[in-house]
Amino acid sequence: MAVRHFHHALKIRTETCFGCTHCLKVCPTEAIRIRNGKAVLNENRCVDCGECFKACPVQAIYIDQDDFERIHGFEYRIALLPSIFLGQFSRKYNREQIYDAIKAVGFTHICEVEQSTGILQQQINRYAAENPDKKPLISSFCPAIIRLIQVRFPSLANNIMLLKPPLDITALYCRKKLTDEGVNPARIGVFYITPCAAKIAAIKSPVGEDYSMITGVINMDFLFNRVYRHIKNNLSKDVTGNDDKVLNADAIRWSLTHGESDHFEGRSFAVDEIHNVIDFLEKVENEEIKNVDFLELRACDESCAGGALTTANRFLIVERLRSTKNEEISSRESKSKTIEDYREYLEHRIKIQEIKPRSIMKLDDNMETAMLKMDQVKEIMKLLPGNDCGICGAPTCHAFASDIVQSEADIRQCIFIQKCRENTGELTLFESLRLMKEIWGKEKF
Amino acid sequence: MQFEYFINGGDFSKAGQASSQFKKVLQQLNVAPHTIKRIVVALYEAEVNIVAHAFKGKISIELQPDLVSMLLTDEGPGIPDIEKAMEVGYSTASPKVREMGFGAGMGLSNIKNNADLLEITSIVGKGTTLKISVNLSKQE
Repeated sequence: MAVRHFHHALKIRTETCFGCTHCLKVCPTEAIRIRNGKAVLNENRCVDCGECFKACPVQAIYIDQDDFERIHGFEYRIALLPSIFLGQFSRKYNREQIYDAIKAVGFTHICEVEQSTGILQQQINRYAAENPDKKPLISSFCPAIIRLIQVRFPSLANNIMLLKPPLDITALYCRKKLTDEGVNPARIGVFYITPCAAKIAAIKSPVGEDYSMITGVINMDFLFNRVYRHIKNNLSKDVTGNDDKVLNADAIRWSLTHGESDHFEGRSFAVDEIHNVIDFLEKVENEEIKNVDFLELRACDESCAGGALTTANRFLIVERLRSTKNEEISSRESKSKTIEDYREYLEHRIKIQEIKPRSIMKLDDNMETAMLKMDQVKEIMKLLPGNDCGICGAPTCHAFASDIVQSEADIRQCIFIQKCRENTGELTLFESLRLMKEIWGKEKF
Repeated sequence: MQFEYFINGGDFSKAGQASSQFKKVLQQLNVAPHTIKRIVVALYEAEVNIVAHAFKGKISIELQPDLVSMLLTDEGPGIPDIEKAMEVGYSTASPKVREMGFGAGMGLSNIKNNADLLEITSIVGKGTTLKISVNLSKQE
């Protein structure tokens, strides 16, 4: 039954988790249950949005990254760096300083992720013109949104534009460029500096791609700590002129809310934060909202600035990135090739495969069985209190009723049912205590 | 299986709730996504029509493994000329309703496009009844 669809970057540290239910309540796909006093993640429901990570009061949920030392297994160590990283620093530190420090802590090259957005932007408009049936076109930028659509809005899966996000285009480019310069591909390690869990999951088990061009993933907070410490300890040193700096102001803002939609020719919306996205997609799915050409949807509030692995406040990140001016980049003559020289190569490889829906809402593959189960859920709902207290270990009474029907829970886990049955003598106090211990762990009793 | 939803005329803030709730039912029953879309779009248009024109209405849905039959009955002004009402762009909605983004005159034709069967009966001054059916294709 349990076919694993996804690699998940979100992990639960069971020794720290004390079953507080904060994560249970915020999960937009009802993927969490409490069992034996610990949060347990349903891997087929989780979309790696990171809401649980943000809600956890004791850091029991962590985002699994690659060992930083792994970068030293490669002679060419490329930091695939999203502009959000720059926003972690106060404006008194400039890009050259930050990039020098990234190299000082171990990387040999810095490759700015958003440098491919110029190419992508043109392709998005072309794609929209070629696919008028996919209206509204949904951006493929945020991997948590792609997964959300697969599991919760299956009828909209066909609306996702089948184009690589900037991250993958740039990864392709930086590998190709180095290989063209004569570097053995086996010596190139491309490490993405991620602001969130969803990007990690997308790299480890890509949707719409057979494999990823990215060697490993380093969490943004981890690299920030190393880099910031280095900058603090080397303030007196001169900064070198750095030609890794290629982004213009538009590209820098691509991962912020409206970063994509502002460039779209047509009627577009930018919606951020996953619950807002769900509300909006409900209306799009019912065609209550129509005649929209393009949707930029991001799982985090303030888009990537609100990523779970960012360290600075998201509004400060947005302020810094929005205030970045087009610097002297264009005036500096660079000898080496730029992404523009690879435009054709990248455009040929920009398409991804079809994204298939995989609904988590169905009660059964067989419709008649599903109808029976739905009747059972209705009957069970009449018995439950409906106050969504979470004491049974499920987020809502309805989720609990579905769990019972799917044989994943016992109705006697409901504290209200227990009290009623203790009263009628159908359940002993000893037995109800045992049931509670199964959900909440022995330690709490 | 039977489902019933009650609709209040004039309450645009709640227009679409019945369609959304029934959509969740269809999703749980593993109905093919494109079929769900057709049913929900037809139902939504019909629901909005009741909100926009009638005093009150009722949606009764009968769900069988191969067919969804939706019966929408309302107490309202009725439709004097059904043929005309079916025309794309024909609308009797007030400017106020149009301002809210409804009443573009696409409703009935949009229902027809998404349904396998549409029957309309109406008595002027009493109300309108819509019978909408959509066949449920076998799972792909």
